[in-house]
Amino acid sequence: MAMPRPRIGVVTYPGSQDDRDALWALAALDAEAVPVWHEKRDLSRLDAVVLPGGFSYGDYLRCGAIARFSPATAAVCEFAEAGGLVLGICNGFQILCEAGLLPGALLRNETLRFVCRDARLRVERNLLPFTSRCTAGQLLVIPVKHGDGRYVPPPGLDPAQVVLRYVDNPNGSIDGIAGVCNEAGNVMGLMPHPEHAVDPLLGSDHGALILASLVDSARRHALAAA
Amino acid sequence: MRATVLVRPKPGILDPQGEAVGSALGHLGFEVRDARVGKVIDFEVDATNAADAKAKVERMCEQLLANPLIESYEIEVTA
Repeated sequence: MAMPRPRIGVVTYPGSQDDRDALWALAALDAEAVPVWHEKRDLSRLDAVVLPGGFSYGDYLRCGAIARFSPATAAVCEFAEAGGLVLGICNGFQILCEAGLLPGALLRNETLRFVCRDARLRVERNLLPFTSRCTAGQLLVIPVKHGDGRYVPPPGLDPAQVVLRYVDNPNGSIDGIAGVCNEAGNVMGLMPHPEHAVDPLLGSDHGALILASLVDSARRHALAAA
Repeated sequence: MRATVLVRPKPGILDPQGEAVGSALGHLGFEVRDARVGKVIDFEVDATNAADAKAKVERMCEQLLANPLIESYEIEVTA
């Protein structure tokens, strides 16, 4: 029997930039990548959702603060509350924090400079739907490109929710936190861009480990639903 | 009524913008300490009286205008 290609949605907000790279990367990793316009309210036919990087709604007020009120974000909240897999990358991570699906907030980089370079990351938690292809403690090289990536956790954040940590903290994140998940483990956000690191021609293919883990997990969801 | 919301980074939250502004003031010869940069949001709001306006703006702050994890806010309402 042929393995089903899981349907993974990528939301496009006004101001999203990396939605097409995310669609391309997911398709390259054998998912059916589905563009989701920000006015869409129904995600019921999807096996996972990705919120991409960019500057949704101009990032006015605070990064991700306005995108939180879009119809697609409301649908993503319902999808996540029902146990659906949601991955937020960069601006997508900021939106998930503003929407309360992930703990913490992302503030202006400590240096006040936009940082755009490869970042070395350590996998702190590898048994998640987003990291199952990684080993615990594995070092990944995935690019970051952001001006507002300094992660501030809420008081008393469970260390088990820290999924990725920077080896050389590029933005002043507290405890070098680069990616976190929710308590249930079905929602994850990270500032680095795995969708820009799926082909060795572009310097690193370590991002494919994250996205292929998501595709594996979404495929299991598709099989269970079939 | 006219509402003014003052949003500040909470104490203990690193504010690199404030540090940069403080350092620039130092270059001009002004000795300042603990500079912090926040934001001001001004708008007209329909309300029956000041207390009503303040209660509405309070809800706006909690739902959108400030992020309670990292920011504090002050509300001023004038007729």
